[in-house]
Amino acid sequence: MSSVATTQIKLTPERSRPSVRSRLQDALPKLVLAPSFAITIVFVYGFILWTIYLSFTNSKTFPSYVITGSRAYQRLWGWTFDTDPPSSWYTSITNMGIFGFLYIAICLALGLFLAILLDQKIRGEGVLRPIYLYPMALSFIVTGVAWKWFLDPGLGLEQTLHQWGWTSFHFDWIKNKDFVIYTVVIAGVWQASGFIMAMFLAGLRGIDGEIMKAAQIDGATTFQLYRRIVIPLLRPIFLSAFIVLAHLAIKSYDLVVALTSGGPGGSAWLPSNFMYEYTFKRNEMAVGSASAVIMLMTIVAIIVPYLYSELREKPR
Amino acid sequence: MSAVATPARQASSGISSKTLNRVVIYGLLALFALFYLMPLFVMLVTSFKTMDEIQNGNMLSLPHAPTFAPWIKAWSEVCSGLTCVGMKGYFWNSIKMVVPAVLISTLLGALNGYVLTKWRFRGHTLVFAMMLFACFIPFQSVLLPMATILGSLGRFGVTLQNATGFNFGLGNSTVNLVFVHVVYGLGFTTLFFRNYYEAFPTELIKAAQVDGASFFQIFRRIMLPNSLPIIVVTVIYQFTNIWNDFLFASAYAGSGDVMPMTVALNNVVNTSTGVVEYNVNMAAAMIAALPTLIVYIVAGRYFVRGLMAGAVKG
Amino acid sequence: MAFLEIDGLKKRFGNVEILKGIDVELEKGGFLVLVGPSGCGKSTLLNTIAGLEQITEGEIRVDGRAINDLHPSKRDIAMVFQSYALYPNMTVAGNISFGMEMRGVPADERQKAIDKVAKVLQIGHLLQRKPSQLSGGQRQRVAMGRALVRDPKLFLFDEPLSNLDAKLRVDMRIEIKRLHATTGTTIVYVTHDQIEAMTLATKIAVMRDGEVQQFGTPAEIYNNPTNLFVADFMGSPAMNLIPATIATSGNALSVVLQREQREPITLPMANAPAGLSEFQGKPIIFGVRPEALTDPEGAERNASNIATADLHIEVVEPAGSDTFAVTNLGGKPVVARLRADANIQPGTRTPLAFNLTKAVFFDPTTENRIR
Repeated sequence: MSSVATTQIKLTPERSRPSVRSRLQDALPKLVLAPSFAITIVFVYGFILWTIYLSFTNSKTFPSYVITGSRAYQRLWGWTFDTDPPSSWYTSITNMGIFGFLYIAICLALGLFLAILLDQKIRGEGVLRPIYLYPMALSFIVTGVAWKWFLDPGLGLEQTLHQWGWTSFHFDWIKNKDFVIYTVVIAGVWQASGFIMAMFLAGLRGIDGEIMKAAQIDGATTFQLYRRIVIPLLRPIFLSAFIVLAHLAIKSYDLVVALTSGGPGGSAWLPSNFMYEYTFKRNEMAVGSASAVIMLMTIVAIIVPYLYSELREKPR
Repeated sequence: MSAVATPARQASSGISSKTLNRVVIYGLLALFALFYLMPLFVMLVTSFKTMDEIQNGNMLSLPHAPTFAPWIKAWSEVCSGLTCVGMKGYFWNSIKMVVPAVLISTLLGALNGYVLTKWRFRGHTLVFAMMLFACFIPFQSVLLPMATILGSLGRFGVTLQNATGFNFGLGNSTVNLVFVHVVYGLGFTTLFFRNYYEAFPTELIKAAQVDGASFFQIFRRIMLPNSLPIIVVTVIYQFTNIWNDFLFASAYAGSGDVMPMTVALNNVVNTSTGVVEYNVNMAAAMIAALPTLIVYIVAGRYFVRGLMAGAVKG
Repeated sequence: MAFLEIDGLKKRFGNVEILKGIDVELEKGGFLVLVGPSGCGKSTLLNTIAGLEQITEGEIRVDGRAINDLHPSKRDIAMVFQSYALYPNMTVAGNISFGMEMRGVPADERQKAIDKVAKVLQIGHLLQRKPSQLSGGQRQRVAMGRALVRDPKLFLFDEPLSNLDAKLRVDMRIEIKRLHATTGTTIVYVTHDQIEAMTLATKIAVMRDGEVQQFGTPAEIYNNPTNLFVADFMGSPAMNLIPATIATSGNALSVVLQREQREPITLPMANAPAGLSEFQGKPIIFGVRPEALTDPEGAERNASNIATADLHIEVVEPAGSDTFAVTNLGGKPVVARLRADANIQPGTRTPLAFNLTKAVFFDPTTENRIR
């Protein structure tokens, strides 16, 4: 009897100990990941919901939690160029359209063009590539200071050309409320196009050299080779570059501030500037939140399908 | 005769059109190099000129009598708003913010990447996708709640200060910015390490398990020593991003002596009292640009790789 | 009681059953080879023994103790991986001693153990190198050293030779066999190469689709395959599996094989297995290994049941040590193995001897052996 009892006593802890420990060992990786995931849930998704909530309240200087419906959105969309004062929101989204389209199109075209030029077995590629790319390492604030000076009619390019004798040259876009957004495009392209070049160059280098040889044997000219073979093969790079540029464009905030301080009468604003101004300076928190929600939705519409396809394809 | 002449002519015209091609290509490449270098060049030469020379001289000419005075003034005297103590204090603010933020976010990213590739569980793709999406959100959509939370924490810090004599960093702008940058940098650091560890041989982890190494021992002894390239990429990427950030800095440390470098620079440039000293402004901008520029010059290869990893997944 | 016992082991991923009830035993000092095509579950089975994957049902016992709930490091096993899995950041010595370091073995004891293993494997001059500075064969040795130094109860090998070139693979195979003979350790070894299985094993488990098809000594597996799959998988060149029918002449059974454009061959079976009588007039699969189909002079003298038939030779493959001749029976190419100097020409008709004592029969519908 006693021997049976002792074996039972001995058995129980032996069987349970490893299972407790192994359960802990199983849980450890999840415990390590948990803080990061929790942070993401709260500070990204929770805050997004909070912002969405605020956009439906009557928050002004301080957050208010009284739901007042879609008033903030009605104010945004019901307020046009014809109202007095004219709508800053319409200015912002018009600017976004102009800036977004030109910025993305020029960066893609210039980036591809430079990448193809650099791919022609260029001596000194190692010097040129970093020169094209360094603006990406600089802050928009620094970039803005430099371009502000460069584009200033009294100090920069205009004055320099006057000194060189071209006195009729006139370039005051940065002070002109109808053209100031184009100066933002110039500085933006200057900053990002080198990076897009690097993406395309990496894509070009990844193309199988035998395909190029086969096309040459088939009698394709250089132009045909690029138009018919190379550029179609770069399609995934176009997609990635578009995603990067679209999301940079929607996030652009610092460039406008540093280059134009918002432009004459806020004429250079993008939605990001609108959001910041209305939330923190004009005490229209609900309207600011509503504009942030609209920005987010735009990004979601672009990014989510992209991420979905990227992550789905991988396991295969 | 003609049969001999034709290929010869073709060959010679081929050579000349080829040379012409090369000239055009190199010409275009040089032209664009000038376009990219121009602003930096103007900024650099202006920062060494006297105000006199700026007002009377040419923007593109080299300084006649190079002077360090604008740099010295920018470092220790220049006015940001009404306080005239130079950029040095703000420079250190940025350093104090960047170093911990980079280290913490990189370490967490490495741990996350390790778990998400080598200790997979049901739903790991969803967790990763949710963290990855955080990289892309416009930060405007979280700006306001974060400001509210940081404000409450600051008030709580004051209460703690009164009660215990110590505020545990609550309400400190640098601590706040470190926290914000860690939170919103996690997606990127996790992405970098996940993609790197994805290709890391899983048999090594199995071997270490058989050898009796624990979860953290495997991480410290096997994963980290073999992660140098991706650590460099991540550190550089995070350093550049956090140093250059303006949105969070202006929202949560937008005035006073707690400003990081970018905000201070913007204030300096927009300070409108008295004569605008362009040379000093440019020197200040150069000081703000130098750390990232140096990193770029020293380790540009890794910087580009980081940008690529952030753009083209897998 | 056997040293390693695997009882009713099942492994499921969601709804997919990877291992469908495995029962295997191995005596102490034995060498068990798990062999099968890719995806048969052999590596998963090895990983469950190592504890790198959890099992759903069943039990694994080593030396009478259930180990299925233990962490890999607590199972007293060592493992050699297909990619060798050497830690790239550590020297060879560091790799070999890492496991001991994790167990808190003092430095001087570790050094002694390293020296001992280095001597056995002749890798003393490599100890301070990094894995990236080693050749494939050297890495293989270091990986074995890392396993040997632990002196575990059980060695696990996961396709350790598949990354080596052909000649080195043969050398290392002999090395492993010698190591097993001198150290007397118990080994479980996974491979898809049936020659490795035949040469190394004391016991073979042939696996397919998560099930053990046959478990036995190499000779049993080779000479007495239980089903078509095992018969086809083991042996190179593979066993000839010829569609045939069973006929009766008097009270003796005979096998009828179809030939192209000629009358069928009838082979009288003197000692047919008992089960064969139920297949009179029905199709069966007639299995004969190439070495049991040879030139009459080369046939085994002491075989009791030899039948000779004229066969049309389509292709002749001189392989140096042997000559293989290909003919066609029952609509399928059939390989015969002849002496190296056999005088045989393609396109001719040549008498070949069937060693019917070595012949086996299978039911074409169940694919099982007829006994």
